[in-house]
Order: sequence, then C-alpha cells, then structure tokens
Amino acid sequence: MFRNNYDNDSVTFSPQGRIFQVEYAAEAVKQGSVVVGIASKTHVVLVAIKRNAEELSSYQKKLFQIDEHVGIAIAGLTSDARVLSNFMKQQCLGHRLTYGRNMPVRSLVDMIGSKAQINTQHYGKRPYGVGLLVAGADENGPHLFEFQPSGMTEEMVAFAIGARSQMARTYLEKNLDAFANCGREELVRHGLKALKESLVQDKELTVENTSVAIVGVAKAKDGTTKTEPFKVFDGQDVNAWIESVADDKEPAAGEGEGMDVDDA
Amino acid sequence: MAMFSQNPLMNGPNYSFNEGPKVNAPEGARQHRFDPYTDNGGSTLAISGADFTIMAGDTRLTSGYSINSRYHPKVFKIGGTTADQHDATLCLSVVGFAADGEALKERLDAICKMYQYRHGKPMSVKACAQRLSTILYQKRFFPYYVYAILGGLDEEGKGAVYSYDPVGSYEREQCRAGGAAASLIMPFLDNQVNFKNQHVPGSGEGHALQERERKPLTRSEVEILVKDVFDGAVERHIEVGDGLQMMVITKNGIEEIFLPLKED
Amino acid sequence: MDHRPQAWGRPRDDVYGAYDASYLQTSGPKNATQSPVVTGTSVIALKFKDGVVMAADNLASYGSLARFTDVKRLRVFLDSSIIGFGGDVSDMQYLDRHLNELAIDEAYDNDPSTVPSDGTSPPGTLNAANLHKYLQKLMYKRRNDFDPLWNQLLVAGLDADAKPYLASIDLRGTTFTSPTLATGFGSALAQPIMRRYASTEEQAASRTREEAIEVAKECMKVLYYRDARSLDRYSIAVVTKEGVELKQDELLERQSWAFAERIRGYGTQTV
Repeated sequence: MFRNNYDNDSVTFSPQGRIFQVEYAAEAVKQGSVVVGIASKTHVVLVAIKRNAEELSSYQKKLFQIDEHVGIAIAGLTSDARVLSNFMKQQCLGHRLTYGRNMPVRSLVDMIGSKAQINTQHYGKRPYGVGLLVAGADENGPHLFEFQPSGMTEEMVAFAIGARSQMARTYLEKNLDAFANCGREELVRHGLKALKESLVQDKELTVENTSVAIVGVAKAKDGTTKTEPFKVFDGQDVNAWIESVADDKEPAAGEGEGMDVDDA
Repeated sequence: MAMFSQNPLMNGPNYSFNEGPKVNAPEGARQHRFDPYTDNGGSTLAISGADFTIMAGDTRLTSGYSINSRYHPKVFKIGGTTADQHDATLCLSVVGFAADGEALKERLDAICKMYQYRHGKPMSVKACAQRLSTILYQKRFFPYYVYAILGGLDEEGKGAVYSYDPVGSYEREQCRAGGAAASLIMPFLDNQVNFKNQHVPGSGEGHALQERERKPLTRSEVEILVKDVFDGAVERHIEVGDGLQMMVITKNGIEEIFLPLKED
Repeated sequence: MDHRPQAWGRPRDDVYGAYDASYLQTSGPKNATQSPVVTGTSVIALKFKDGVVMAADNLASYGSLARFTDVKRLRVFLDSSIIGFGGDVSDMQYLDRHLNELAIDEAYDNDPSTVPSDGTSPPGTLNAANLHKYLQKLMYKRRNDFDPLWNQLLVAGLDADAKPYLASIDLRGTTFTSPTLATGFGSALAQPIMRRYASTEEQAASRTREEAIEVAKECMKVLYYRDARSLDRYSIAVVTKEGVELKQDELLERQSWAFAERIRGYGTQTV
C-alpha cells in the first residue's frame, strides 16, 4: 500500500530530500479541473472548467470572490479551498478595517503561503490539497499569483493549474507577449482559448461548465485610477465569450490556431 | 433636570458640556480619572414611507462649546459589496459618542459583508435589526454610547425604521428622532407624521372627537418636513447645525442629498 | 543556619526581616495613565491647494514648569505624512517607536522595482488616510482597555486620490476632519484665525502654500502671547505630493512685549 517508508507524515525527508506528503498534495491539485489566469497591464482574468460529479448534480464552483479587489480560482479539494478562502476574506476585511484600504495582493498571498507552509513542517498536520490562482488589483496595478500546497507562491503573467493544464500552459507560453497590452475582452478570449486546449477530446465549453472572472483597474473620469471590482460571470453571461472563441469562428477572424498576435 | 437626561451613565442634564462623573473624595482632594465617554452632539432622524425610508442627520461634531468639524456625517450606507457602498440597501445613523458610533458602524458593516459572503444575498433589514440589537447588548456593561437608527425596505418593499437605545432595546417605528435635539424633534414628528393630537374638525366633543385619519406621507412631503425639522432644531439647540445629510432609500438604491444648515 | 534547599541563596529573615511579597501580587487594579505628566501644548494645521501645513512649538511642560525646551512634536511618517502630537510626551514617544516599527513592516512589503528614486513613497504604501485610520484604531483600543494614550494627534498628508488630507484623533479614539485643525489651546486661539483663512474645503483648495505658512506663523505668535505653556521655538512642516519639508528649529519673528507697557486698567498704575 505505502509507496515507501518516508511518506507517512510531512515532517520526514526521504533520503533523496523529498517530502512525499507535500508531493501527494500537489497531485491532488492535478486531480482538480483546469483553471487559467492571465494578467495584462490593466486586468486579470480567471477562467475555469466546472465539473459535475454526475449528470444529476450541479456544477462545482471554481471561482470565488475574496474581497472587492481580489478573487481566487481553485483546483483540488474544494473544502480545503474554502478554509483558505474564509481566511483570506477575514484578512482582507481586517486590513480594510485597520487601514481603510484594499489589502495589497502580495501581502495577502504571502499570508496564505506562510499558513500553508506550517502544515508541511508539523507532525500530524496535512498540507492543503488545493492549488490557487489569486487574481487581484491594488495600488501597484493588477496581479496574478500562483499558490501551491507546499506554501510556494509566485507572481505570474499567465498560468494554469489542474488536470491537463500543461496544454493550456503551452498555449499561454506561445502567446505570452500578447497579454500585456490586451484589453479586457481580448484577455478573456485568450483565457478561454487556453482552457479549450486542456479539454478532453469530445468536451466543449458550454454555458454550464464555464466560469469567467475579471478584476482590474479602470481610469475614472477625473483621471484617478479606480479598481474594477472582482466579478464572476456564469451561465448566460459567458455565452457571448464562448461563442467568440468557437472553433468555426477562428479561421473567419483570421487567427491561426494558438498564434494570436498583439492587435494593440 | 436629570429626568431629561439621555446619558445612561451620568444621569446628568441634557448638555454634553456638563462635568464628568463625580468622585467621592474628601473636600479639596482631586483625583483625575479617565472618562471614556464624551457627547459629540448632533441629531438624527428617520421617517419611513410607503415605499421609501428617509434617514437624516446634521453634520456638526462638537465637544463642549467647541465645533470640532462642520462636516462629519452621521448617516452611513451599510452592507454594500464594495468600499464605496454603491449597492448598499441599508442605512445606519449613529449619534452620541462619535468614536463608539464609528466602531459600531464598521462592525455592523463587516457583519453584513460576511453575511453576503456566506449566503450570497444581502441581509434583510429585519435580520440586520436583530443583529444590531445583539451587538449593542453584548456591550451591556461598557455600552456603545450611541443612539442608533437602522433604515431600509422590508420584505414587502415598505419603508422600515428600527430605533435603538445604547444597550440594544429596539423597536420598529414609523419615525424616530435621536441625539441632542431628539426631545425637540420627536413631539413635532408625532404630530406631523403620526397626526397625533390632530382631529376632524366638528366631529364631536370628548370621546366622540375623531382622530384625523393616518396616511403615509409622500417622499417630497417628507423631504420638506426633514429640512423644516432641522432648521427648527438648529435654532433651539447649539449642538445642531452646519449641514444636513439625507439618505433616501428606495427600491432603486440609496440617494444621498446634502443641504446647508446655519453655521452659527 | 537553615539547611533546607528552599532557603538557599535567600536573604535571611533575621538579618533583613521577612520578605514582603505583596508587591509581586498581580491581582488588583492594573496601573494605567490616569493623567498626563509631561505635556506638549497646541498643534495647528491647515490645508492649502497642494497639501497641508502643520506647526507645533518645541516645549514640553511639567505642569507649569517649562521642563524641556527642545522637544520635537512633529513626526514624519514614510516621507509622505506628518503627525503632530499634543498631550503626554511619554505617550508620544511610545507612539513614535510604534510608528517606526510600522514603517519598517510597511517597507518590507514594498516591491523594490516600484520604489521611485526621488525618495517619495512607492504606490501602495500607507498614505495619511490609512495612517489616520490605523492610529484611530490604536487609540480607540487603548480607551476600551481603560489605558489611554493621553494625546491628541493631527495627521496630515495626502489621501488615496492624492488630495490633501488632514484629520484629528484624541485619546478616546474620536476622529474628525476639517480644512483647519488645532489641538489644545489652539482650538480656542488659533482655530478662529485659521477659519478666517479658510472655513470650507473649497476655500482651502484655493489657498497657496505661502498663504498657509503665513497664517500658521501668525497663529504660533498668538499662541505664544496668550498660551502660558508655550514657547517661541517651534517646528513647522509642509507636506505635498513632492514629500515632506520639515523645519524643527524656527524662531518666532517680529515679536515683542513692548505693547504691554501701554496697557492700562490692571495692576497698580493709577492713570
């Protein structure tokens, strides 16, 4: 049953210098359905494939608002994600209460990083079985962060986690240079195209299984920058986006598969 | 004079600038004790209509005979999803000790935000009213020294006003005045909103005398009434003045109106 | 000789008397500041179109004794905000240390790539409005614990929209904002002068830096003449989006008590 002698807890290194419990937790992330995040100079989008356990059940939510200016996409154990989500929500509320401002996204991500790390160094604890993409906008503009059960956090231009996410990442790498100057809509389309790469054979993006979320900074009339609050779109609200990246549309738009170029 | 007191702790006259609590010490001996409360003056008012609620307050902030600020709002939107409260559905007015008022407002707002996060819908006035009472009573032995009024629309869309004492006793009412000039305003409101002491002329004598039929006021009538009430209060109470802030709560959202009052 | 191990190393009762352990008792009322001891007097501040001017004299009094005459009561926070302290000087120094820690914590969060070379704060660092909120929470907590910090603070700088920001906090956690603010005696003596300069936000937004400094100096002079616990040495700070300019050793100009000789109607003189 056991793979080896060194994976009973997360306080023991293997002779190769690995902590297997943490690596298994990372496997749990790969079981979750894929989520993609992309950041431009003005916006961050998160897109996700929702799964239903069976035909009769509803679809599991993948995107969650944390605060006015932050949201997350999850891949892995939803219930573990809820613990982190509640924690992040509390931190943001607390920060707003003491300082009267949006919590800087980096500080927030650092906090869940430290929190998750503790679980990898104490006997009897279990690492979080969930990976997150954290999207937010603060005084320094939009940010996208990756979070892993090991406690690792890193700022990303674009990233995908979850099942078959390598395909999506390949798409993102190919189009990397285009993202920075993308507008809001353009960015969502890139996200959905990346998502499609990761779909299994005869699966398609539908209004039931697709979620989109956007957060960003917008110039107000008086020249000051305001945050465009994190908002999740589901159901009919994502229909137009799905149609705009439908397979038959792409050749008509003159866009080669996975070879989009910057139109700005 | 003490019977007119609105201060639950000191039972002193209804002026904020009277001296602090007396210490039982020998004649001539003085002990400097910290008094955690002050009265920052000002007055508030709420009137509910058939499909709206209007909450109002003056914007003067005093301590003793000094005017600390001419613009310190006492009426707040509560429970919106963003910091600017653009989608809020409830209003809270607080008058008495300003620091406690601020703390109470922020606490109730945070609770409404957590409710929205957990339940995916804004809190109803009824639920929020009950919760506010609990918050106040939790500090029964170190009270928030504030007279709070909560306003919104009930489940049927009718205007709702809930008024509180500092330790959480509350009741739903048609209208309520709070703060320094409450005792000046409330009898006038009884007469003008609930038509108290108004009778049908010539309808008889003694018990045969018929009361004037009660019907809810229109929005424009209430707006005029509120302005008149505050103009009156400014004339007769030194702690009221500078500006009038009005929140009009309808099913289309909350409209904020600001009118000048005398600055003397 | 007492050979019990419990007695080893202890002062002998027959030599020193029984040890009185009562002062080690932790029950009973906790000691907290019940009144200020060494105090600073007024702080004044006024907004102008690009920022805020703040001033306070350099005196710390011990009751009516002018105890310390070189105490700086204006403090710069993160090169972008100023805090003026009235009231207890030891509590001011506590707050000063606390704010140093806060500034260091805040600096850790900065992304080095966004820090401007001109010494101003990078975007996203605590501005005056954030700082004010934080201090309000601190002061209000201490009053809830019945252990107040015996100060009134003025916080000046810029808010999130880069507009001039000025607000006050007292020992009970009460806060308010106004185009002009003053603590202590200043609220009676300087505030009327400053309200003549600007009584509304609109008026303050049309005033220049030079006008604001001029009025601040005038107020400091009036305070020196009429507040017995004041000094002619003072600090003055100007905060704008370019940063903070702080002068800590100014001397009141063109002041004289010569007019006092012409005052009639008091004392012993008959005509």
